[in-house]
Amino acid sequence: MMPLLDIKNLELSFNSYKGLTQVLHGIDLNIKKGERVALVGESGSGKSVTARLVLGLLQEARNAKASGEVLFDGSDVNQMKNKDRAGLRGTDISMIFQDPTSSLNPSFTIETQFHDVLKRRTPDLTKEMSFERACALLDDVAIPDPKRVLKSYNFQMSGGMNQRIMIAMALANKPKLLLADEPGTALDVTVQSQTLQLMRDLVSENDTAVLLISHNLGVVREFADRLYVIYRGRIVEEGPTALIFNNPQHAYTKALLSAIPRITGGGLPQIAEQTDDYLAPKITHGAI
Amino acid sequence: MIRAFHILKSNPLSLVGMILVLTITLCAVFAPLIAPFPDHNGAVVEFLNANKAPSAQNWMGTDLVGRDIFSRIIYAYQISLVLGVVVLAISTPIGTVVGLIAGYKGGWIETVLMRITDVFLSVPPLVLAIAMMGVLEPTLTNAMLAVTAMWWPWYARLVYNIARSEREEGYVLAAEVIGASSNHITFREILPNCLPAIITKMTLDMGFVIIIASSLSFLGLGVQPPTPDLGSMVAEGARYLPDSWWLSVFPGLAILLAVFGFNLLGDGLREILGVEE
Amino acid sequence: MTVAISRPPSPDNKPFGNFMSSILRLLWQRLVISVVVLIGVSMLIFVIARIIPGDPARIALGPNATAEQISNLRADLHLDEPIITQYGFFVADLFRGDLGISLYTNRPVTLDIAQFLPATLELVLIAGIFMVMIGLPLGVLSARFQNKWPDHLIRVISLVTVSAPSFVWAVIFMLLFAFYLPLFPIAGRLSDLYEIDRITGFLFIDTLIAGNFAAFGDAVRHIVLPALALALSGIGQAARLTRANMVETYKKPYIEMAQAYGFFPSRIANHYAFKPSLIPSLTIIGLDFAAMFGNAFLVEAVFAWPGLSRYGVAVILRKDLNAIMGTVLIIALAFVVVNIIVDLIIAFLNPRIRYSEKAKP
Repeated sequence: MMPLLDIKNLELSFNSYKGLTQVLHGIDLNIKKGERVALVGESGSGKSVTARLVLGLLQEARNAKASGEVLFDGSDVNQMKNKDRAGLRGTDISMIFQDPTSSLNPSFTIETQFHDVLKRRTPDLTKEMSFERACALLDDVAIPDPKRVLKSYNFQMSGGMNQRIMIAMALANKPKLLLADEPGTALDVTVQSQTLQLMRDLVSENDTAVLLISHNLGVVREFADRLYVIYRGRIVEEGPTALIFNNPQHAYTKALLSAIPRITGGGLPQIAEQTDDYLAPKITHGAI
Repeated sequence: MIRAFHILKSNPLSLVGMILVLTITLCAVFAPLIAPFPDHNGAVVEFLNANKAPSAQNWMGTDLVGRDIFSRIIYAYQISLVLGVVVLAISTPIGTVVGLIAGYKGGWIETVLMRITDVFLSVPPLVLAIAMMGVLEPTLTNAMLAVTAMWWPWYARLVYNIARSEREEGYVLAAEVIGASSNHITFREILPNCLPAIITKMTLDMGFVIIIASSLSFLGLGVQPPTPDLGSMVAEGARYLPDSWWLSVFPGLAILLAVFGFNLLGDGLREILGVEE
Repeated sequence: MTVAISRPPSPDNKPFGNFMSSILRLLWQRLVISVVVLIGVSMLIFVIARIIPGDPARIALGPNATAEQISNLRADLHLDEPIITQYGFFVADLFRGDLGISLYTNRPVTLDIAQFLPATLELVLIAGIFMVMIGLPLGVLSARFQNKWPDHLIRVISLVTVSAPSFVWAVIFMLLFAFYLPLFPIAGRLSDLYEIDRITGFLFIDTLIAGNFAAFGDAVRHIVLPALALALSGIGQAARLTRANMVETYKKPYIEMAQAYGFFPSRIANHYAFKPSLIPSLTIIGLDFAAMFGNAFLVEAVFAWPGLSRYGVAVILRKDLNAIMGTVLIIALAFVVVNIIVDLIIAFLNPRIRYSEKAKP
């Protein structure tokens, strides 16, 4: 079965007065329909820019140069015209961000923002129709009294509420692919866990594929079927989640996994910040 | 430094600004050497040559009593720059000290100082200047006094804002913990962090002072003839529009050029020094 | 610690009630400061006028005054009493609505003000409208096309407009658009052809009341150049300010989200980025608008506009103390009122103020 998202040899460089800095050194990644894949790495590894390249946001930036193929549903995002790229956003591909409260505009009600989101699929939607539909969507994410919430502003509500609103917005247009950039990082742990549960239920309902970007291995383990480990712009290990967690092979993955504090104590081990071992070639696990 | 160079390169206008400012400063400093008719800055009359359009001999024409306008503009630049430097040299230290003290000490000192500042800031600059000059005799010294008196509050507010936010920063708390004196903290710790904003503002203010001063003399409330001043030159010529257009247009453009130069330079400095707008 | 299923916002279904209470608080603060400002400014001018060397009465009456005239005037103005007493007289008269007689027009100052104030108000108002309607959109365009040619062009033009005082622009406009290209009249408020009854003093209103549309059009033509000259530097400021704020707003996460959802760039620019940027700009735009009261002095002089500023300059040059105090006071009052109105508008537009229990600007 052809993958929904197929990234082949993706490279990205940024241009600044210091010169050309290469950020991605040939990423290969694929996601099938309905699959939940995680991209795991530390800050600055290049995971966030990969997501933005899938969305088609970075290709338009003046100082960014991307090469390689990002095939979504067969078409290469890198080669598309700006208009076509924009057409995908908010409809077939959607994204949720790290901090739900600051991702919502403080000058407009939730209702207005929902209206704009829903108009992406149906441009001639009326305010009344979108209000009704938004109420239904908020119901799906277990928000009580959706009417009042719709009339409110982001700063009047808690992080958990805003997170649910974001999820509702992201799934409103039944996207084929959902990009989740460190979801729940800005929330406390219990809220985060409930959020993930909610996300899992909703995406499996609609067969939505998910690319989860995270540095939080606990979240990844709960949520993803497969994972890719990225280090300094290169994929160093990939495979089914369970396999990798039970038997990490690459030096970097091993270091990552051992850096999790355990409830049994023992503190954090000493890990090399950078060694040549981390630059070892990619290891692929099991049957994919 | 490399960053500064790169910013200048991507923003060539700042370079233009720097060149303009340098040119004008040179004109002002070396006025007697540059002006074709150096004695025309005084009470000279040459009625035969009065009110002549721009020509090879008088590049910007002559005024109503025959003086070369180009030369007078150069001398007028001298006056403008002197005024600007004096006003800033006095008002900046005063305003900075007031702002630092109010920002760091807090308490009733802060309230009193900033309320006084607020009163000055509530009045549009030109109105206050006009009101003050209206009751003083119109001389260069009085004009400098009036403008200085209404200028320092702007620096007070600028520095106060910075000082107040810096007050909570780690390095201030650290200094307090080791027992540094208030004086030391305000002047040796906080002040350096205010400098980029102050320097940028001073550069932009040179232009603004020129605007206020020329406005005052345009109304007859500033420098008086025969001292050459850009504002009064425009005023003199305004009655003779459109026929003797050069009487007003060239001094007006001279103002524009000078202020534009300072604004460009100030904007460039702001980018280089990383000051917020 | 928040539970996942949290309650929707607490009793905020009375947004108007909250709005009113925070507004009243703001108004009160504003009022207090304004009163202090007025008192401060009036005292400052009052004192300076009387402590300068020279006899104000003699200066006002000119070199040909007789000793008797001078001493009469001195008695009238209470110039021989201590300053406190003089100020006391001033305040007492003020409360009776008496600002004294102007030596320039030989009429009560209040009458002079009533005659000339509307012209200035009309000019400043139209200039303010220009500032907002031209400056803000230019700033939005500039930010939307950041670092492309529209941005560079608008930035240069904005910088040029703030680099010259209003009288320079007034002279240039007059030369270009009244003399060389006779598109607009040269000076004044209305052609002598039209005789309009003075009801409010605002030509825009009076001509319509009289039903004289030709006169209305004429009044409009007369106000365009002066208002534009007055507004020009404000337009540049507004454009620069809006651009700067919008550039900052574009970096915010909620704009990235809007882009991630594929909202049209025009919708993002004109609404999602503009509205949050507008609020911090408003205070300064308000200040720029108030500053126009000052620049009106310059523009009225060039265009021979019969307004309060022109009157003000005339009485200042003649050292007409009563008229000076009256003019200064009224202009100070005018921009205090303007500031209050601007604060109200800001409070209304800012949802955080509308919906919060304590007023935070």
